[in-house]
Amino acid sequence: MEHRGTRFGSLAHYEKGGVEVINDDARNYVFSNLFEVASKSKPYEKVAVGKNIEYVIEAIRAEGTSSWRAPAQDEFALVMDGEVEIRLLKLDNPGVVPAGAHGSIGLPGTPAGRAMGVVRARRGHMTLLPAGAAYQFHAARPGVMLLQTLAGPDTIERWAEICQTARRPNA
Amino acid sequence: MSSATDALPEIGSIEPNRHGYRTFTLGSFGFSRDEYFAHVTWPKGHHLLPVDAFLRALQRDIAWGFFYGIVNFDTVIGTVNHYGSVDLFAGRFNAHYKKAGLDHVERFKTPLIQRVFEAMLEDWTNATFDPFASPQETGSAFGPKNGSNKRAITRHRVTAKRMVAAPGDEPVRTDENGFPVNRAFRDVPQDQPHITAEPGFEDEVVAFNLFAYLSRSDVTWNPSIVSVCKASLYCPTTEEYVLPVIHGNDRVEWFVQLSDEIQWEVEDRETGAVRARVTMRAGDVAAMPADIRHRGFSPKRSMLLVWENASPGLPQLYASGTMPPTPVQF
Repeated sequence: MEHRGTRFGSLAHYEKGGVEVINDDARNYVFSNLFEVASKSKPYEKVAVGKNIEYVIEAIRAEGTSSWRAPAQDEFALVMDGEVEIRLLKLDNPGVVPAGAHGSIGLPGTPAGRAMGVVRARRGHMTLLPAGAAYQFHAARPGVMLLQTLAGPDTIERWAEICQTARRPNA
Repeated sequence: MSSATDALPEIGSIEPNRHGYRTFTLGSFGFSRDEYFAHVTWPKGHHLLPVDAFLRALQRDIAWGFFYGIVNFDTVIGTVNHYGSVDLFAGRFNAHYKKAGLDHVERFKTPLIQRVFEAMLEDWTNATFDPFASPQETGSAFGPKNGSNKRAITRHRVTAKRMVAAPGDEPVRTDENGFPVNRAFRDVPQDQPHITAEPGFEDEVVAFNLFAYLSRSDVTWNPSIVSVCKASLYCPTTEEYVLPVIHGNDRVEWFVQLSDEIQWEVEDRETGAVRARVTMRAGDVAAMPADIRHRGFSPKRSMLLVWENASPGLPQLYASGTMPPTPVQF
């Protein structure tokens, strides 16, 4: 049997689909492409590409070294392109994340705590970012991650810039 | 709507029909099959569906616990999940059946309809047919009664509590545990993330190759939970050919196309009037509003991330209009 290759996307190459409206508004589908979003983002900007009330999925351009962050609950990072080193640290003071916080918070400098370990993740690899820990990303070359989390203070929403609004794709 | 039927239903006829299959009743609905079709009757009408399509839809409805919202087997027959009870309907979401007064709905306690559906699936699925498999990976559903395929219809449903590969949670898929790489994903890298855990943190530094995991899925159109962020559930699935149901939303759900391409036909949930066609390719992200129904078409086996919000109060919020049917206004 002929094997047709699996097509993944990347920052360098993605083929965007789109919404063909018949009797609707394209904005109802909040249609974007995470590689396109990351291609226009600054390193480690947390740009929401999906939102379901308090929950979001964020497209993150991985490039260089991020600041440390601490999640208020478990988060999950899925590498969609490139290779990302994920450094984990057990916080000496988990109270740096205020009670009732959502998503994650940025931490100044390197927080006090014990090194937990490092994950080197490539395309398709999913990593648990556990509550009670802090994490830092490092990517030698630009890559893309999709983060499963809740909307937090650093989540960026710019739907009108990233989503299809016309009745046809590329219109 | 009257209260849900609570009496134990008759599970089915004892004697098979001339094709070898048992017939089933559920309230005033009747179900029978012949060599090609499933026949459904109700007090005001009757309907038939190709039996392979019927069994594929029935399999999903059972495996998903009646899923979120509406599972239309086709444009006439289906179920509505009320999370504890289930509506079985004919013509309820078909504008023409409703206008003609031919629609019919009955509500059943979930264990009762589940029991009848499971018995029907088991009796009507022949040894040659796997309703979860893609058409190229299974034999025929047709013909007279020919054995059974219980192993295929009672697969374990993956529902990670935290994340696949986390200690005590769902395992990764391997050749050894019965999940070889699917024929369509032979080129998907099987490498695993490189994990260096400090002593004492071996159980807390956790990662796995989701794409390799999906490449080893032996089923199609079967969202399974791989990661849990409170009520936010990642439910990826591999898709090939046609989604066997038309899913009517009772909440917003999101799709992230991880590989290849799926086209979605989107219709009004209540009437079936066409609203849009959405083509999704790798990296595309789209919402399915809470007031639509959708059916996907995947020309090649593809990887789709279905992202759900499992908060229990959502259906009521959308149904009451408290929540707009679209997730973002801009």
